[in-house]
Amino acid sequence: MKFAIVVFPGSNCDHDAHHAAKHVLGQDAEFVWHKDASLGGADVVILPGGFAHGDYLRTGAIARFSPVMKSVKAFADAGGPVLGVCNGFQILLEAGLLAGAMLRNSGLKFICEHVSVRVEQTDTAFTGACRQGQVLRIPINHGEGNYFAPDDVLDRLERERRVIFRYVDAASGEPTSAANPNGAARNIAGICSERRNVVGMMPHPERACEPILGSGDGLVLFESVVRALSAAGAVGTAAR
Amino acid sequence: MKARVFVTLKPSVFDPQGRTIAEALHSMGYTGVGDVRQGKYFELEVDAKSAEEAKTVAGDVADKLLANPVIESYRVEVD
Repeated sequence: MKFAIVVFPGSNCDHDAHHAAKHVLGQDAEFVWHKDASLGGADVVILPGGFAHGDYLRTGAIARFSPVMKSVKAFADAGGPVLGVCNGFQILLEAGLLAGAMLRNSGLKFICEHVSVRVEQTDTAFTGACRQGQVLRIPINHGEGNYFAPDDVLDRLERERRVIFRYVDAASGEPTSAANPNGAARNIAGICSERRNVVGMMPHPERACEPILGSGDGLVLFESVVRALSAAGAVGTAAR
Repeated sequence: MKARVFVTLKPSVFDPQGRTIAEALHSMGYTGVGDVRQGKYFELEVDAKSAEEAKTVAGDVADKLLANPVIESYRVEVD
């Protein structure tokens, strides 16, 4: 199975994602430069975290027009699994592949810490191996993770079960306001597309794939997509 | 021709930066300043034959890139 990790000028979690896919998961993984038109026959596409184009104008606003994004959109439209992490999530929002927008964190601080996120839905490309309600300990690392969408859009996301991750209190597992690190609407940490193959999230699962990094809780997302694609017979043999 | 584009957050969108600026002003003694909303301002040099054409180009650019319609609205002025 082949992972494509898209690299924009300013991406800085690309190597973390590559490491998780290739060395932890034992899958094929390749970097794809943002000016490339082709995804190189990838089975999974990851838009990594970072500061694409220096976050100029708005986070993800310039990256959205990179040549590779046409291929990413076509890949997503065809049902291919796409995961946007942090800045990758912001790019998916700007590109219109996911609904909503990001605002500056309500406390204005850049936040870098481990948070608890609850898996709300398991029928997406990246949460199939999770348990419903499972609480994952995953780091966040952002200045603009304050997820916003108009109320009617939020209601629709809830109705269609497209809120995939919520910031929750570690002890109770409930989405309290104290557990909301950035002011995100309804404690939303991640959402998915209508077809459930495109997932965007602010927390960084690729940085939590090995216990030596403080948590291995993020690995289940990557295992999910491998399992989903293997079950669908959509790919060749793993490179392990 | 010069077009000026003013991008502002929609009224329904909370502006944490504006709030912080307002709080700073209050601590400076400007208690008469109420709410503050922060926005963006762009000056575009547009090759156009008429003000109308320049305004259309600037509006197009604002729609596609300068503003995010989910959270922002904009206003265009042309000299």
